Amino acid sequence: MSALHDVIVVGGGPSGVAAAVELRRRGVKDVVLLDRESELGGATRHCSHSPFGMQEFHRVYLGASYGRRLQQEALAAGVDVRTSHSVVRLGDDGELLVSSPQGVSSLRGRRIVTSTGARETPRSARLVSGDRPLGILTTGALQSYVAFHGLMPFRRPLIVGSELVSLSALLTCVSHGARPVAMVEADARATAKAPLTWLPTVLGIPFHRSTEIVDIRGRQRVESVTVRRAGVLREIECDGILFTGRFTPEASLHMLSDLGVAAGSGAPLVDQYGRLQNPLYFAAGNVLRAVETGGWAFREGRAVGSAVADDLARQAPARQPVQVRFDAPLKLVVPGIIRSGDRMSAHAFRHFQLRMTRAAAGRLTLLLDGLPAWRQSGRWLPERRILVPIPTGAPEARQISFVFEENT
Amino acid sequence: MTECVVNNEACTGAQQPARAAEGRFDVAVIGAGVVGCAVARRFALAGARVVLIEKGADLLSGASKANSAILHTGFDAPPDSLEHALVQAGREEYLQIAGELNLPLVQTGALVCAWDAPQADKLAAIEAQGRRNGVQRLRMLDPKEARHAMPHLSDRLVQALEVVDEHVIDPWSAPLAYLTQAVALGAVFLRHAELVRGEFDGTAWHLQTAAGRVEARSVVNAAGLFGDLVDERLGLGRSFQIRPRKGQFVVLDKAASRYVPRIVLPVPTEITKGIVVCPTAFGNVLVGPTAEEQEDRDRATVEQATLEMLLRKAAEIVPALAAIPVTAVYAGLRPATEDKAYRVFVRAEQRAITLGGIRSTGLSAALGLARHALHLHAGFDGIGRAAPAVPMVRMPNLAECRPRDWQAPDHGEIVCHCELVTRREIVAALNSPVPPGDFGGLRRRTRAGMGRCQGFYCNARLADMTQDLWPVPLAVKAAEAAR
Repeated sequence: MSALHDVIVVGGGPSGVAAAVELRRRGVKDVVLLDRESELGGATRHCSHSPFGMQEFHRVYLGASYGRRLQQEALAAGVDVRTSHSVVRLGDDGELLVSSPQGVSSLRGRRIVTSTGARETPRSARLVSGDRPLGILTTGALQSYVAFHGLMPFRRPLIVGSELVSLSALLTCVSHGARPVAMVEADARATAKAPLTWLPTVLGIPFHRSTEIVDIRGRQRVESVTVRRAGVLREIECDGILFTGRFTPEASLHMLSDLGVAAGSGAPLVDQYGRLQNPLYFAAGNVLRAVETGGWAFREGRAVGSAVADDLARQAPARQPVQVRFDAPLKLVVPGIIRSGDRMSAHAFRHFQLRMTRAAAGRLTLLLDGLPAWRQSGRWLPERRILVPIPTGAPEARQISFVFEENT
Repeated sequence: MTECVVNNEACTGAQQPARAAEGRFDVAVIGAGVVGCAVARRFALAGARVVLIEKGADLLSGASKANSAILHTGFDAPPDSLEHALVQAGREEYLQIAGELNLPLVQTGALVCAWDAPQADKLAAIEAQGRRNGVQRLRMLDPKEARHAMPHLSDRLVQALEVVDEHVIDPWSAPLAYLTQAVALGAVFLRHAELVRGEFDGTAWHLQTAAGRVEARSVVNAAGLFGDLVDERLGLGRSFQIRPRKGQFVVLDKAASRYVPRIVLPVPTEITKGIVVCPTAFGNVLVGPTAEEQEDRDRATVEQATLEMLLRKAAEIVPALAAIPVTAVYAGLRPATEDKAYRVFVRAEQRAITLGGIRSTGLSAALGLARHALHLHAGFDGIGRAAPAVPMVRMPNLAECRPRDWQAPDHGEIVCHCELVTRREIVAALNSPVPPGDFGGLRRRTRAGMGRCQGFYCNARLADMTQDLWPVPLAVKAAEAAR
């Protein structure tokens, strides 16, 4: 029987560290934080351009320095930080199988917080046609090349996507000697907010909307790409392709266990406390929905950490949750389940977080037991955060659903 | 900073062919696909001095890098055909040697599934053919029995034929094991050595390759997709025509494996074995292949519409697969010819053997084809040397059914998290007797980079570990990129 810890936090990015530190602040004795890399920070480690830490530490850190600050915080708070520890399996009973340089071991926690973050969708999962040469990457891979190894995988890449991360990718390319040939976006509108989307133009890089890749050519390395816009095909020469964004939760551990993930989001479902269907498990950060900023993930981790501390103290049995139902074009709702009872502890989530799969205009209504509890008309864009306050009546409702009436 | 310490020559492909290919070899094998590797091993075990000539950077650069990894029983091979005999011989030998080479053997069994009445009607004939082919453990199943064997099969199933002894194997470690054994016996592996021309002077062959001249007494053409062209370049004329047939595959996330414990085969048609849904030794589920004729012998592209079709098909067969994400997609080319049969030719006076048109069953038949080639060679000459002791070769295990390196202490660290590949494994592969010649070769020796993140987490690290090793590097120094 493996040693029983109070809480094991899996994933040492902003949300995991925040959860672990909050747990210690609340007096939880034995808090173990596992991260499979050699340093904490998660995805922030290789984002050399992005500023982190403004809200939580009242100063700005760039890239790897933020991870180091997180590590300091965790150690100062008395968290048992174990890096190069890779969780291989999540057990129903709170037992984790872990691989580390010392070998394989089992760890058990009274509660487990999974804060494993998100990753970008690669070429293969996007089912893009063509050859499969070298030089096809995601932003995370590119940033690792540059931040950790001083290497560049291409000189003249095509950038696919126009999310915030796509602009970060553009900056990474340009500041390390690569000259992107163009940025393409399949939608009619850029995903990131203006005026950020002026960045390609400002840098003299063509930005093509309503344009998608239909073929990739290259024997060993990428040589060219065929794009289609309004039915017209065009060939663009390039030596690499950067598929940016379209983040998906890094929830493979959940998928491979009995914990499971929701079909629409690919994320584990959590209730208003951040607790999964299996009440031994909690989750916070970008594993819940891809993606929010580092600061958002940090605050969420702290709130879920607090909820875990409450849960440990009260030991109240977790009731059967009610599923939050929603219509297309909604893509996800977090929390995706709501549990009744227990007004004593504060919710980790005060709002429902929603995302749309596409741009849509219409009326969004939250129904509790068939009665409208919240309603708003408007226009929404994909990948933008939509916040709906969780009504006080929600935990007692038997049916919770979001309906969308689209304008015709 | 690279971690490849030894065998730099082979790593960089910067060979010294004159030195490497000095003297006269007994046998030159052309093509380092699964068949060529098996042939090299068989002749080396018989005492021959072997040179294996490969036009690419590594073994398995052509047809052999993409298949469904099934070790066939041969139940559905054309009866009394050479293919059938060689598949059975190949399978038997594999079963004998897998243990000592440390190669995995996963007995999944297979279900040939009929989804409508006309298909169900064909199952009896398939069973009869199987028994005639010497495959005894066959069992007809009604839908209830089939769902008991595989609970997640669609309830549209009409009937199924169980083939108990079908296995899945590691399709890359097996040929690598054959080649490693051959090399341990002194065989020479020449890369970047496309055959340009060959002349037979009455007693031996003079081969001009891209890596220099090679002399060998006999020649075995195992050049797969280029088999007909190689025969021509050897001055043997054209006895067959390669008509490449592309097969596209989708690899589903490991979360799919709990739904697919067995190989699911369709009722075959005239042209193709059909689209299969099967588990892999690495814990994934494969869907494919298609069968698409094309002219190009090099380029095997994936097409979005086809990949989407494969996903739909998978969900028709096992509905739970609809919710499983895609990990990888790939396409391979079969060296099909104008005839369904294997195109095996022997020209005794010219001491030349051609093993052409080996498609669909090459992985299963390779060891059988190798024995057959030695037998054909004996028809015109012996090897004339003593058979050496069999060298001990044990392959690192990549299969999920046995312990892997991440489970042992002191592995350094895990580099590829999605496939749980350790730094120690990667360094070992880079330093092995037959090291990878390109990134694909490293992936096939370790599984690194083949997982669901497709290099999001590990690609940069792998590039760093392999810098300066290969003619086509993954990356250049950032300062260089700026020039």
